[in-house]
Amino acid sequence: MSFIFYLLSGFAAGLLGGMGMGGGTILIPVLTIFLGVEQHVAQAANLIAFLPMAAFSLKVHSDKGLLKADGAWFIIIPAVLISVLGGLAAVYLPGEILKKLFGAFLVGLAVKGLISLKLSDPFGK
Amino acid sequence: MNANKKNFKGILCGLMTGSVNGLFGAGGGMVVVPLLKNLLGYEEKRAHATAILIIAPVCAASAIIYLINGYFDAAVTIPAAVGSVAGGLLGASLLNKLPEFVVNIVFVAVMLAAGLRMLF
Repeated sequence: MSFIFYLLSGFAAGLLGGMGMGGGTILIPVLTIFLGVEQHVAQAANLIAFLPMAAFSLKVHSDKGLLKADGAWFIIIPAVLISVLGGLAAVYLPGEILKKLFGAFLVGLAVKGLISLKLSDPFGK
Repeated sequence: MNANKKNFKGILCGLMTGSVNGLFGAGGGMVVVPLLKNLLGYEEKRAHATAILIIAPVCAASAIIYLINGYFDAAVTIPAAVGSVAGGLLGASLLNKLPEFVVNIVFVAVMLAAGLRMLF
């Protein structure tokens, strides 16, 4: 039965991800808050669940000529290297602490989102 | 922007994105898209496309750390991945068809509620 809920959580996250918003920032809290999945397991699931969709999106973007890797290597290489350290830090931290840090991160993103919403004009279009 | 300065900004952008995405297993896109636009001057569409190019190897690399430490649960991950692909395809086709302001408000509200719930 939980299979259906995991599938639906992924679907909701993918929906947002496809619209250009952070799918993982939704998938992880849904998995941990509503489905009782442990924080590290939820984070690992999101990392892996993102990959097939990413491959597909890259194909689409590349067909549209939107992908130019020139210069991006200066971003990609440090990002990959430090993400391994980030992963090691996550593995070292207890799930409950990691969950609170994640919560603080989400609140920060939400506040930032609220500020940019206020700056944008809802009736402009 | 001269090449050295641009590369320095790129490295900074990579470090911020990679550390967030490694630690939280998510959120790299939320960090990198505004950085690409504001710090490196990418236009919107190219920023989104490049973000995936950056995040995909980051996710793969940090996923390995989670995997070898025993945090991979196929029963959670496989349905979540299948759902993600289906949702992603629908989401991409709905893009620019739903009122952006409303979608953003809903997204911010969900993040705020989830964040507070996880904190307290």
